[in-house]
Amino acid sequence: MNHTPENWGRPRDDIYGFYDKSFLQNTGGAQQHTTRPVVTGTSVVALKYNGGVVMAADNLASYGSLARFTDIKRIKQVGDHTIVGAGGDISDMQYLFDKLLESVLIKEEYQNDGHALRAPHIYSYLARVLYNRRCKFNFLWNSILVAGYDDEKKPFLASADLLGTRFSSPALASGYGAQLAIPILRKIAPDEASVTKITKEQAIEAIKLCMKVLFYRDARSMNKYSLAVISEEGVDLTHGVALENESWKFAETVRGYGAQTV
Amino acid sequence: MFRNSYDNDSVTFSPQGRIFQVEYALEAIKQGSAAVGLVSNTHAVLVALKRNAEELGSYQKKVIKIDSHLGLALAGLAPDARVLSNFMRQQSMSSRLIYARPIPVARVVNAIADKAQVNTQTYGRRPYGVGLLIAGVDETGPHLWEFQPSGMVLEYKGAAIGARSQSARTYLERNFELFPGLSRDELVVHGLRALRDSLAQDKSLTSANTSVAVVGIGEEFKLYDGDEVTMWLEKVGDVGSSRGRTEIEQPEASGSGPTAAAAPDTMDTTD
Repeated sequence: MNHTPENWGRPRDDIYGFYDKSFLQNTGGAQQHTTRPVVTGTSVVALKYNGGVVMAADNLASYGSLARFTDIKRIKQVGDHTIVGAGGDISDMQYLFDKLLESVLIKEEYQNDGHALRAPHIYSYLARVLYNRRCKFNFLWNSILVAGYDDEKKPFLASADLLGTRFSSPALASGYGAQLAIPILRKIAPDEASVTKITKEQAIEAIKLCMKVLFYRDARSMNKYSLAVISEEGVDLTHGVALENESWKFAETVRGYGAQTV
Repeated sequence: MFRNSYDNDSVTFSPQGRIFQVEYALEAIKQGSAAVGLVSNTHAVLVALKRNAEELGSYQKKVIKIDSHLGLALAGLAPDARVLSNFMRQQSMSSRLIYARPIPVARVVNAIADKAQVNTQTYGRRPYGVGLLIAGVDETGPHLWEFQPSGMVLEYKGAAIGARSQSARTYLERNFELFPGLSRDELVVHGLRALRDSLAQDKSLTSANTSVAVVGIGEEFKLYDGDEVTMWLEKVGDVGSSRGRTEIEQPEASGSGPTAAAAPDTMDTTD
């Protein structure tokens, strides 16, 4: 039996005889768009500090609720001072990172004229690609964060999603992190002005705390993540950072669901 | 009918290794009125001499703004310049739309160079009959480029194209070492003096026939036309041609072709 989509809802050959599909124009089979993400990555969190940006995303790719791949790199360095982090569909992320961004970077490099794409340019490009695809109703099922420096050499951090929506803030997180990490980050970075008071160490500490909280409460997360620190010197991107001081003590105090009766 | 049998199309080399159609296109530039460009460390300036086909007619536009950081002056066939400048505007817009970045000057110049080169290598096409001076500012500072219909583009500290432009070029060659440190206004004045040197004997720079354009680091491309030019002409002082007044003027560029000398204004279709 043929299970391909163009046969869905068609009469079965073994009962009704051969069905003439010649009226279907598309001989290569029906065109299919992504209608849901399949292999997914969860949150990306990022925070500006005085002189740069810190970003983290764990190394898990889930297949539904199955923790399928545990060494996936969801943060990519793009040029000297720019990084892109992606959540959502992993194959779409790999298309963005390995096909599109790579080819954009190679073309820019070949120009060899002293110009280079920086964070706002990469961000604008990615947001346009995402919006272009949503206009074709063929989404790239991702939410992305782009970090680096803007034209005034100030820290830059912005997000774009599968709809092409753009958003910018001193503290950003995608996915579950938007619920759990942002309140933590906003305590130290409530507005743009407060960024100048945050040191690199404080920012790293806050991001690490967020990764821990996310691992505690996000069932699609894991305790190994990529950590990227952007500073004047460049990007320090480390993959496979382990969660520190993990403790499930607090679980005893959680009430409202589970086995306990009171 | 033809000057020789090797100039019927732009894809045939002569036995001497020349492509005549391309050389004729370069002649078209010399028929257009002069345009001068120059750069300092902070600014790029274009000045141009406008021509009116007849006393009752308007003056042909010589300077075209491409973007807030970019513009050009033309000499030769104005319609061809419009095609090229429209293309440059498209390139400029898509750079801003996709990358949120003003297009680097060298990139948009190379884009039109590629377009022009294709015309010299494709049967049934003709080269553009226009030369351009492109002035712009990007992250690497102010720039001045010259574009030729052959597909050749070169960056200059000072350049002049169009009729009698050799005299302007001579002025630039004598003074270019001053340019880097000059202020915005001083640079424009040097541009106008160079342009003045390219005037015909009884002509002078007026607010009607002169265009000035300035772009600088942190300063948008600004075109001065008509009455706005008066303030610049006042800074120059003597705006009349110096031909026949000074001792011995530089001889004109050795006329390559019958066109370089002097074409009557009224017969001209080039600007």
